[in-house]
Amino acid sequence: TDRRNQTVMFDTLEDWRDELERTKGNVKYKAVTTNEGYRVSEKLPLYFVVPICVSEESILQYEGRGIPIWCWSCHNGAALLKMSAFPKEQDDSTSQMQKAFLDGIYKTISNPPYELLKTDDLSSSLPSLQDIQTAYTRFKQLFLIDNSTDFWATDVKWFSLLESTNWLEIIRRVLKKAIEVTECLERQHTNVLLIEESATDLCCVISSLVQVMMDSYSRTKLGFQSLIQKEWVIGGHGFLDRCNHLHKSDKEEAPVFLLLLNCVWQLVQQYPPAFEFTETYLTVLSDSLYVPIFSTFFFNSQHQRDTNTTGESLKTQSNPFRFLTVWDWSVQFDLKGQAFLNNPLYAEKPKPDKSQRKTARFKHQRQLSLPLTQTKSSTKRGFFREETDNLIKNILGKRIGKFINSSDEPPNSFREFYDSWHSKPVDYHGLLLPRIDGPEIKVWAQRYLRWIPEAQLHGGGTIATAAKILDLMEEVQSLQVKMDEEHSQAISRDVHSVPLLRDSPRLSSLFPFASLQRQSIKPALPTSTWKDLEDEDDLVKRDDEFVDLSGDML
Amino acid sequence: MASSSTPKYNSNSLESSSSKWALKDGTNWEQNDEIPRLPGETRVTDKDVIYMCPFNGPVKGRVYITNYRLYLRSVENDPVVVLNVPLGVISRIEKMGGASSRGENSYGLDITCKDMRNLRFALKQEGHSRRDIFEVLTKYAFPQSHNLLFFAFANEEKFSENGWMVYNPMSEYRRQGLPNERWRVTFINEHYGLCDTYPSLLVVPYNATDDDLKKVAAFRSRNRIPVLSWIHPETQAVIMRCSQPLVGMSGKRNKDDERYLDIIREANGQISKLTIYDARPNVNAVANKATGGGYEGEDAYPNAELFFLDIHNIHVMRESLKKLKDIVYPNVEESHWLSSLESTHWLEHIKLVLTGAIQVADKVSSGRSSVLVHCSDGWDRTAQLTSLAMLMLDSYYRTIEGFEVLVQKEWISFGHKFASRIGHGDKNHADADRSPIFLQFIDCVWQMSKQFPTAFEFNEQFLITILDHLYSCRFGTFLYNSESLREKEKVAEKTLSLWSLINSEKSKYTNPFYTKELNRALYPVASMRHLELWVNYYIRWNPRIRQQQPNPVEQRYMELLALRDDYIRRLEELQITNNSKISNSSASSASPSQMMSQVQTHF
Repeated sequence: TDRRNQTVMFDTLEDWRDELERTKGNVKYKAVTTNEGYRVSEKLPLYFVVPICVSEESILQYEGRGIPIWCWSCHNGAALLKMSAFPKEQDDSTSQMQKAFLDGIYKTISNPPYELLKTDDLSSSLPSLQDIQTAYTRFKQLFLIDNSTDFWATDVKWFSLLESTNWLEIIRRVLKKAIEVTECLERQHTNVLLIEESATDLCCVISSLVQVMMDSYSRTKLGFQSLIQKEWVIGGHGFLDRCNHLHKSDKEEAPVFLLLLNCVWQLVQQYPPAFEFTETYLTVLSDSLYVPIFSTFFFNSQHQRDTNTTGESLKTQSNPFRFLTVWDWSVQFDLKGQAFLNNPLYAEKPKPDKSQRKTARFKHQRQLSLPLTQTKSSTKRGFFREETDNLIKNILGKRIGKFINSSDEPPNSFREFYDSWHSKPVDYHGLLLPRIDGPEIKVWAQRYLRWIPEAQLHGGGTIATAAKILDLMEEVQSLQVKMDEEHSQAISRDVHSVPLLRDSPRLSSLFPFASLQRQSIKPALPTSTWKDLEDEDDLVKRDDEFVDLSGDML
Repeated sequence: MASSSTPKYNSNSLESSSSKWALKDGTNWEQNDEIPRLPGETRVTDKDVIYMCPFNGPVKGRVYITNYRLYLRSVENDPVVVLNVPLGVISRIEKMGGASSRGENSYGLDITCKDMRNLRFALKQEGHSRRDIFEVLTKYAFPQSHNLLFFAFANEEKFSENGWMVYNPMSEYRRQGLPNERWRVTFINEHYGLCDTYPSLLVVPYNATDDDLKKVAAFRSRNRIPVLSWIHPETQAVIMRCSQPLVGMSGKRNKDDERYLDIIREANGQISKLTIYDARPNVNAVANKATGGGYEGEDAYPNAELFFLDIHNIHVMRESLKKLKDIVYPNVEESHWLSSLESTHWLEHIKLVLTGAIQVADKVSSGRSSVLVHCSDGWDRTAQLTSLAMLMLDSYYRTIEGFEVLVQKEWISFGHKFASRIGHGDKNHADADRSPIFLQFIDCVWQMSKQFPTAFEFNEQFLITILDHLYSCRFGTFLYNSESLREKEKVAEKTLSLWSLINSEKSKYTNPFYTKELNRALYPVASMRHLELWVNYYIRWNPRIRQQQPNPVEQRYMELLALRDDYIRRLEELQITNNSKISNSSASSASPSQMMSQVQTHF
């Protein structure tokens, strides 16, 4: 009954309206029903959100291409939009018409009340899907280890092997792009329009990441799941093709969703108290991608899902076919297992004063995460806003189609934004920017090392501290129960004794995914040999200190 | 520091409490009474300079120099820039630019530090303003080169704990169950007559006489004979340390040494061979024969098995750290971070040292065989191996006090040449004797604590503090090359111990996750998959890389601990009040807490 305690599925008009209301986007954006019966396109969801000024006709004109589709509104009113681009046309007149159409659209959404618009063509500013697929294939290969010899043989060159896959570099570039978009929304107060051919791959990655970084609701479990529904499942990411579930064609395969999870993991490990879920949650979520009992990650679009779950093909079967949603974690895990998905470190948002705002819990965050919008440059912008708006009306052409990081941007504006944020204490409920310097981008060890016995830390790893925290939480909870009981004086004497801190069973760092108990406690010993220090030959041959000991022999 | 409102770039963690004070009172800054000062610290000079901050650009400030530190505070308050550098960390001071050099801020001083940073100050060109400050800095940063005493001898700090009492060799050996019927304590080196780089108290096989020891000494480099470092409480297998045998080109043999090693082998009642770990690469061990050294040959020692551990020499380690500094300071290498890191070989060296130590520990523990460890002189790689193996085998050394004992024993008393390796107060920055061997050891310990976050009583701050004072010369702990020299300089009487500082404020250095476990061998995984660059140490000056302090995971745990203690207290109070009332309750169903008591079940 309470919609707020559920994952929002975004399959109803209501869900979109709620989201608009939550983010205060409803002044300038509207949820439309134009695609009911999939009249516009089978690739688009039944319901989606566009700027109020965009007409039904224009949505229908090119099957939704060239239409800015709303993703999310920032607290200052700036919005994150995405658009499916026109394919390259050979025919000149067609492309002229499309260009005119786009100009018209840009014009409409560049007038006040809409903010300045910046566009970013992700297909040119980020690695291609092919690059991503190639990198990930190589990366994955590094963890498919046959035996101990293999493990140690690759160990010496581990860092350069890792680098040669390019996977971590792609993660870094994606995170950097998300910070750039965030800077436009948060500090420059401009709308950002992400463009991609289908707007269902890298657009999903960037828009999801931006929301995770800017909207603390997306860092709760329900909020994150709703986000995945909104941007990916309903948003029309082609899971069937990208995961190659049917093994029909390798050509379309690309780990786009895994790329998002890898990026979110970087944030989770950099800011553990900011997320309601754990890395284990991300790991099991990534596993669920390939569990075929769930419909969530099985289809290319909402249309495909609808036709396959209610269509003719299934009616012929005697029993109605029922697909499950992955978000019902009880399907996969019992309560104890589910406990590992919840982050004991999550710093819950302090409850707002009820008298002041009753509905604050579900409402979009209003308070500024940072005083950044008050920095000199941006107040100036605000101050001159009305004048510039008038001015800009006259030179509208320059106002649109500006690319992020275009040459008229101050070159270090990104760096400044990044450094300024990092020089301040972190507000776990506010804006969150990932650290992207080389040493900060790491391998998602839990996901990728979990089946490798050689990499097992017996009694170590992050699980060692996590288990201690869980133990302690459990103790605190039981103390709480006892206190309540004491208060009601309705219990017997014998449960009064305070339990001692229970020793956690010694867990392996592979826990909870594998329990490779070694028979003995013999350490894993590298079998590889030292590789040559080519350039230091002369040093290598020297002894520590040049003293002729033979003299002592006299 | 995360709570301070203004960023403090390139500041030193050594004096965090005092610099905090400076921040708070920054607006009331007055010229005379502002620099944090230790008892015994005296002001020497001060001067207006421009600090060329590599992260923030030029910062106008005033620099104060005392007999202990260089302290800089920016003129402007937004942001406040504070530098607090003990002069001991200075490795080299260079003049940059000449009286006639043009260009803004091109005239001044360039200071290279031992703790992975450089400092540049620009000065006014008029009136040789640089000369005074250069001379003062040189004099106090390099007291040894100016016939001055280290600041440690002037330090008048008072602490509630006396760190010099931490290590008593006799009680440490007693803790290990020594002496016993097979091992005895000998005072043969009481006046350092047998070996001037060994401690006065040694543990040797019961069956070897002092006369035997003297004969063995003649065949071991610098008389560093095999002596006991640690004994396994169950297997009675021991870890012995020594220097290389003086085999030489002609392949000399020494019957006394051969017999002595056999006595060691027999002492644990096992008939297996004695295992000798030579820390060096095979080729280096062979090459050492040319200068009179070498290794235990098969013919001469048929009851011993020899393995080389392929750990490189002090020069290779020095160059490796230099390369590491190049890629992290002042800016972190942007592109190709991983291959750049790999090309420094720093983590690869860490891997080899850890691998060697694991082998030593495993041999003693599950191989049940006594082990003899040496390199060339037995004070660098040998110290690394024995102390790390002991850390893996004996949980006592994973406590704060135990670790202090370990450092005091395996490093300080057994003559790791701290003065030469660090170059305390010595201006000769290019000395080939300098090498980050101890830093490498601490890095290995950090890697272990990272892999086993509940196994160590101390935290990262403890390790960083040790490294900071390895250079600072505020304490006598790491001064001089050997016990005999420290005795001669009366270090224990005239200076303070670093452990006094740490043990007086133990909570600051305590790991809240520490879970005491007795007699559990702890083997790290010496794989590059797990080894990490110690960012909080090597890149700590870079504000862009700075980690969150305090650690949020730790903080959350501390909050929970406080909450638990509060509940326990309140529950006790409640029970007392309830007990005084008449209880008529009968047995109730199981506590709900029992339902929650099995959180750690497998998926």
